[in-house]
Amino acid sequence: MAGATLYDKLWQEHVVTTLDDGTSLLYIDRQLLHEITSPQAFDGLRQFDRKPWRLDANLAVPDHAVPTRFREHGLIGIQDAIARKQVKTLAENCAEFGVELFDLTDARQGIVHVIGPEQGLTLPGMTLVCGDSHTSTHGALATLAMGIGTSEVEHVLATQTLRTQKLKNMRVTFDGHLPPGLGAKDLILALIEKIGTAGGRGYAIEYAGDVVRSLSVEARMTLCNMTIEAGARAGLVAFDEVTAAYVRGRPRAPRGETLAQAEDYWRTLHSDADASFDTEVHIDVSNLAPQVTWGTSPEMVIGVDGQIPSLAHARDGDQSSMQRALTYMGLKPEQALLGLAIDKVFIGSCTNARIEDLRAVAELVAGERVSANVEQAIIVPGSGLVKAQAEAEGLADIFLAAGFEWRDSGCSMCLGMNDDKLGEFERCAATSNRNFEGRQGKGGRTHLMSPIMAAAAAIHGQITDVRELLK
Amino acid sequence: MKPFTTVKGIVVPFPRANIDTDAMLPKNYLKKLEKFGYGDFLFDDERYLTPGDVDIDPSTRRKNPSFILNQTPYNHAEIVVAGANFGCGSSREHAVWALRDFGIRAIIAPSFGDIFWQNCFNNGLLPITLSDAEVKQILAIESRSVQSLQLTIDLDAQTVATDEQVWSFEIDANKKAPLLAGLDSIGETFREKDAILQFEQQRRQQRPWLFQSGD
Repeated sequence: MAGATLYDKLWQEHVVTTLDDGTSLLYIDRQLLHEITSPQAFDGLRQFDRKPWRLDANLAVPDHAVPTRFREHGLIGIQDAIARKQVKTLAENCAEFGVELFDLTDARQGIVHVIGPEQGLTLPGMTLVCGDSHTSTHGALATLAMGIGTSEVEHVLATQTLRTQKLKNMRVTFDGHLPPGLGAKDLILALIEKIGTAGGRGYAIEYAGDVVRSLSVEARMTLCNMTIEAGARAGLVAFDEVTAAYVRGRPRAPRGETLAQAEDYWRTLHSDADASFDTEVHIDVSNLAPQVTWGTSPEMVIGVDGQIPSLAHARDGDQSSMQRALTYMGLKPEQALLGLAIDKVFIGSCTNARIEDLRAVAELVAGERVSANVEQAIIVPGSGLVKAQAEAEGLADIFLAAGFEWRDSGCSMCLGMNDDKLGEFERCAATSNRNFEGRQGKGGRTHLMSPIMAAAAAIHGQITDVRELLK
Repeated sequence: MKPFTTVKGIVVPFPRANIDTDAMLPKNYLKKLEKFGYGDFLFDDERYLTPGDVDIDPSTRRKNPSFILNQTPYNHAEIVVAGANFGCGSSREHAVWALRDFGIRAIIAPSFGDIFWQNCFNNGLLPITLSDAEVKQILAIESRSVQSLQLTIDLDAQTVATDEQVWSFEIDANKKAPLLAGLDSIGETFREKDAILQFEQQRRQQRPWLFQSGD
């Protein structure tokens, strides 16, 4: 019999029962909640007089609609009355049902996908869900983590299980050696370009190979984060010593003898050598250039030194979608991106707002200045603790000296629910995960790229090949 | 949840591939606390020429006359026929609530975003997967129709039909039955309460570190 994949093992570990109709009840170890996708779920519980099944499995944090300024004022610092009510409602729901909350003024507040691993709330071998598609991020710790809708949030609150069906297995192996100036963001953008935004539909994707093994856990989170942009609900990286070192000492991680017991189990969290995958994808990264999106879908990607395809080479022959994307972006077929002037820079989001991202940016912008042509360049740390650490390490001083705005943590300009957003036709170098029409603000034009690529764009006021700055 | 048996309704075409949930319901409306009342905001960025927000009365806003949902008879559509990977992107169930509140009962496409697809079933909407060729065929019939195209969807028989033509679709039994009955999934899962308790008890012993409470 063939061995099991990592996904197979995590699945098997958590199946409570499989019903006659083929639905499996999957036990959920952890649910993270935030202010946008939880109020209707709590309402549902109230309506049917239901209680959360297991309180200690849940943690809530406001992140999506929170402002990234005036946070010291707490709730009254939220100028948007509707957003304020939503954040307040989360606190009230948590108080009523007894769910633990990291509130707005808590030093541990941050983007839900940053604080989970940071606190040790995310552990290897868990199932973890959240009403947010980027929950795939947590798979970097060999955690089966999936984004769910609000009805499912309510279902997990009430029953500690998810009604679901097993996914297929895909393995993505990055071969070769990652060139200088490239990182996890370039890997995931290259994958999405290769398999398309629907390529991973119905799969859990495991990232494998020496390139992935050499990545830090934070970089693996970037990789797993954008798995949903490749169409797959879950991304995974096998447990190894890098994961073990990351988890040890986290506030909610096990200690002492329990840790040793846990690590014994965690060391089994890899695909067996003879495991078979439904689909295998290989990408040679040795000649990869820094990746940048040119269109309105994360699959519209080129190397920064390349040019936009011609209409004749539109993906799936769909010229009208390509033309629509180019019109929206104010670009033309076969145009180069190098030298394209940008208006705003956003460094942040659950994709790229952890301390390593900020260190890389600081190294590049130290002693430099944000171009006078750039209207606004903001850096939004992923959590209050990331912010404090960046300040302790002197990174924040570097950012401020270079002319960046240094904000409080939250989702911010990734989706523009607070007042950090793009105006019509504004072009943005962004480290976030979606370049959809209107995502960062109605009419705004997003180019997704790595943190150091966004930093290079900020300094030069235009899309720049960061490799030139590293020479 | 409203049971889904048969629906006869007007088709609105969205032939583009990769229509994401941000497009269906922009971020402004994620600030609402309710599960209903999103119909006026479906495809908001394209549908209106003037800006909107939760606290702006949509009837005071200028509509974009060239957007299909603002045109008769599409403003009464109940069935969306769309390009591949419909509903990709954000997990926001609000997008499904907006479709439902607008009056949409079913969506026909070659493929769907995974989370969106699940969200549809949880709100009594039927996402029907037909082949790319079949979807193109329906879109072609729609564009040739002098009047609106009406389709009849029979979930029990698993068919989509015009007066002249019938297409069959596949659907898993575990998706079909709850939709036909309009079942509450939490109530269904509670039937397995003992199994969950037993599983949890075993897990508590085997993996004790997962059951530590906060500091």
